[in-house]
Amino acid sequence: MRLAEHRYKTISSIRSQLLMVEQVAAVRLGEVVRVVGPDGRSQEGEVLLIDGHTVLIQIFGECRGLDLRESTVIFTDAIKQAPLSLHMLNRVFNGSFLPLDGLPTPLPEKWVPVAGVPINPTSRARPEEFIETGFSAIDGLNTLVKGQKLPIFSCAGLPAKEIAAAILKNCTMTGTGQGRKQAVVFVALGLSHYEYSFYMETLAAIETNFVAFINLSSDPVVERLLAPRFGLTVAEYLAFEKEMDVLVVITDMTNYCDALREISTSREELPGRRGYPGYMYSDLASLFERAGRIKDRAGSVTMLPIVTMPEDDITHPIPDLTGYITEGQIVLSRDLHRQGIFPPIDVLPSLSRLMQQGIGTGRTRDDHRQTANRLYKYYAKGRDLRGLEAIVGRDGMSVSDRNILDFTDTFEQEFVNQGGSRRAITATLDTGLAILKRYGLEEL
Amino acid sequence: MKGRIIGISGPTVTVDIPDLKLYDRVRLGLERLQGEVVHLSSGRAMVQVYEDTRGLALGEPAEGMGRPLSAQLGPGLLTGIFDGLQRPLSRMAAVHGPFIRPGKLLSPLAMDQSWQFTPAPQIGDTVTAGEVLGTISEGSHQHPVHAAAAGTLTMIASGLVVLKEPIALLAGDIKLYAHEEWPIRQPRPYRQKLAPTAPLITGQRIIDFLFPLAKGGTAILPGGFGTGKTILEQAIAKFADVDVVVYAGCGERGNEMAEMLEEFGELADPWSGQRLMDRTILVANTSNMPVAAREASIYTAVTMAEYYRDMGCHVLLLADSISRWAEALREISSAMEEMPGEEGYPTYLASRLAGFFSRAGVVETMNGRIGSLSIILSVSPPGGDFTEPATQACLRTSGAFLMLDTALAHRRHFPAINWFQSFSLYDADMGSYFEKEVSPAWNRNRRKCQALLQRDEKLREVAAIVGADGLQDSDHLLLAVAERIRQDFLCQNSYSADAFSTPELTAEKINTIISWGEAAEKRLTDGEELADILSKDKP
Repeated sequence: MRLAEHRYKTISSIRSQLLMVEQVAAVRLGEVVRVVGPDGRSQEGEVLLIDGHTVLIQIFGECRGLDLRESTVIFTDAIKQAPLSLHMLNRVFNGSFLPLDGLPTPLPEKWVPVAGVPINPTSRARPEEFIETGFSAIDGLNTLVKGQKLPIFSCAGLPAKEIAAAILKNCTMTGTGQGRKQAVVFVALGLSHYEYSFYMETLAAIETNFVAFINLSSDPVVERLLAPRFGLTVAEYLAFEKEMDVLVVITDMTNYCDALREISTSREELPGRRGYPGYMYSDLASLFERAGRIKDRAGSVTMLPIVTMPEDDITHPIPDLTGYITEGQIVLSRDLHRQGIFPPIDVLPSLSRLMQQGIGTGRTRDDHRQTANRLYKYYAKGRDLRGLEAIVGRDGMSVSDRNILDFTDTFEQEFVNQGGSRRAITATLDTGLAILKRYGLEEL
Repeated sequence: MKGRIIGISGPTVTVDIPDLKLYDRVRLGLERLQGEVVHLSSGRAMVQVYEDTRGLALGEPAEGMGRPLSAQLGPGLLTGIFDGLQRPLSRMAAVHGPFIRPGKLLSPLAMDQSWQFTPAPQIGDTVTAGEVLGTISEGSHQHPVHAAAAGTLTMIASGLVVLKEPIALLAGDIKLYAHEEWPIRQPRPYRQKLAPTAPLITGQRIIDFLFPLAKGGTAILPGGFGTGKTILEQAIAKFADVDVVVYAGCGERGNEMAEMLEEFGELADPWSGQRLMDRTILVANTSNMPVAAREASIYTAVTMAEYYRDMGCHVLLLADSISRWAEALREISSAMEEMPGEEGYPTYLASRLAGFFSRAGVVETMNGRIGSLSIILSVSPPGGDFTEPATQACLRTSGAFLMLDTALAHRRHFPAINWFQSFSLYDADMGSYFEKEVSPAWNRNRRKCQALLQRDEKLREVAAIVGADGLQDSDHLLLAVAERIRQDFLCQNSYSADAFSTPELTAEKINTIISWGEAAEKRLTDGEELADILSKDKP
């Protein structure tokens, strides 16, 4: 611990958002610095690299107006921390944790480093408690459980934000009724003003507690890297100290990754695939792995990040690396969207790896697994048959094949498609069973 | 050997400690983070740090430990779960709570646990360095305790011993201990390497029958996300006919490791009937743990595996996934500003991997026993593209290639091993083993099965164009037989009793299907209607 603040006026170079400061006597990696320009404006930054007494600093905001002679760098001897307290609930902040809702900054109960520390794998409790999102395609066939990280892979122009809003509004975590509270942490990265007002209306309308971190497309790019870390630090605090079930919705991870690329390039790091840094996997993992449950503690952190796949390409580095870290994925389909189906979830490439533990007797309903398997099996078969139909025509196909094709259409129109309504899990399973029955497919 | 920190760049730290040796272990800062020397120049050394360097300050103390990064070896490794630096995660959780914070160190082995020791020499005997002082029993395993120095015995323990106390004393008060330290990057010695002759039975029909693995052999499992790499690796870890399994979760999900820990504590080993965990060592370096420790984790794992091999055990090392290790290597290389090769990976990626693979094999150990170490690695190629450097580097040295196929996985065909692209270099040798030991029809059925699957693929291509009606009856029959092979034989649900199949069951199952197909073919040529044959005998 240093006894006094260190101030330096020894900036030797400024390039994009990087400052080089010379003759620094004591400094730590990741230390937060304040840079005061000649006009008195102050910004935050972070120590990136130390080479002898030369220090490289990343500025979080704009560098405009900084100079070499007058600007002062103040070292704070602390790494980036988040102020935490229950007063944050139902508040809206920006990517630097400053209030956006015009109310004063809440008084922190404690300060915690935003980077987080890994959960010891032996202390992790198995995610197995069902979360009801209200969407049949998710609850019925790709069930989300507490402590899971399940991304939504969307394409440009698909209604990912409507799905996110519906989940924010509708999700209920079973068991929360028994004295356990639930909360939503909403992190928006690189949002346009149009989307911003949409989400603000949504948040104003939801009943659960929320904490929102909003980074607009005009806000500093570095804040896009900070906002999810603030969000997750808050989520961990609410979950593991205040015993809440916390759902973290982050939109859009593609903007996060682009920010990562932009900053990595400005640091002259070696680019990897498509210019994204080689450490993007580890960086994304440092966010996604913060989801989970801990043995002998009540709360949970569940993550639902939204990823817009560039060029609709699931092999693009962003969805690809995300898929390697997360426990499954929900994939949206342009085809279903064109047919007016909402939510346009394609259940075939979608997957929830933790579904098996979260469904069945005592969790959802005892026939859940069986019903889901049947729906999936016949739908997959129907999708295969559609390829054949395109070649030989429906008339050239056998009666049973035509029946499955009809089932496939109905499944999309009545099971996946539900418009704006919310379906409870029992309604989801009943809908599925009714469709199977209509086509005589109750037996495998 | 003390000095100070003079520079920090991500996971690499520059220190001014004099007289360091390359790959020496270094402790850094007030938190005493662990690191390893990777570059030496006069007056300064570059240290790769295994923990989060955030918060480390210029001028903080650094200390050279005078020895390389090592694993602690001795009784008590089995049933353990360690991180990449061999920190015991269960005890860490008990002592430090549910989060892993930097700098916290605990000895990998439980030093207070008591073990049964049977001494060999007596007090007054002269022992040479390396001589066996006696054995410690850990379940069915006998750990030989080697003397680290030569001299005359003035004390030797007997009966219950704890690791923290010396197990013997030599004249001149030289203490000998029951555990040892071994540098993880240095392969443990053996007398000679032998050719693999026995199969590694995995209980997975498609592997044992079509692409058999060998004890002492190597294999890779590449596949995009969602193709079931981890499930397959875990299935092999459960069912393989080996004495010890070391499973390294390298840069993967924390929830998976937790699940495995729980499941392996409940399930029984199908070969010995004992708890699975009793033969298992887990190394968990999840994706959010520091990258440099991920690089070290596979060496920690292989060193523990070699230790049990040297006791004459058959050991299987599984790592999930080697791509994450390769990425860690790339990150470290780039932090050291080395010249990048293909896709930014260092050019020594292939040789490092080859070096790692070469630690597998059947060996005659230093004390004349036969032990084996088999290595199976999963590979996560970015975008499912198998031409990327890590997959290609693995392909060059591994003995079997079990390619996981996204299309099969989407159809929920598991294990999603593609039967056209995969291969095993051990198939001829293992085929003759199975023919001799399990079923005389093994190789014949295998050729027949492969031919059927090949023809099935061709026919389905034709059917996709001309429609199913355009095929002849004999083709329909073949499709039906192939369908049975795919559904009933190649598919295996890891969540059911079918998850494990002995070679005998495998041989019987394929024989039933192929004999049925041959009989049906004969009836068809005899003039029976196809519909009758299929409806009567439909499985």
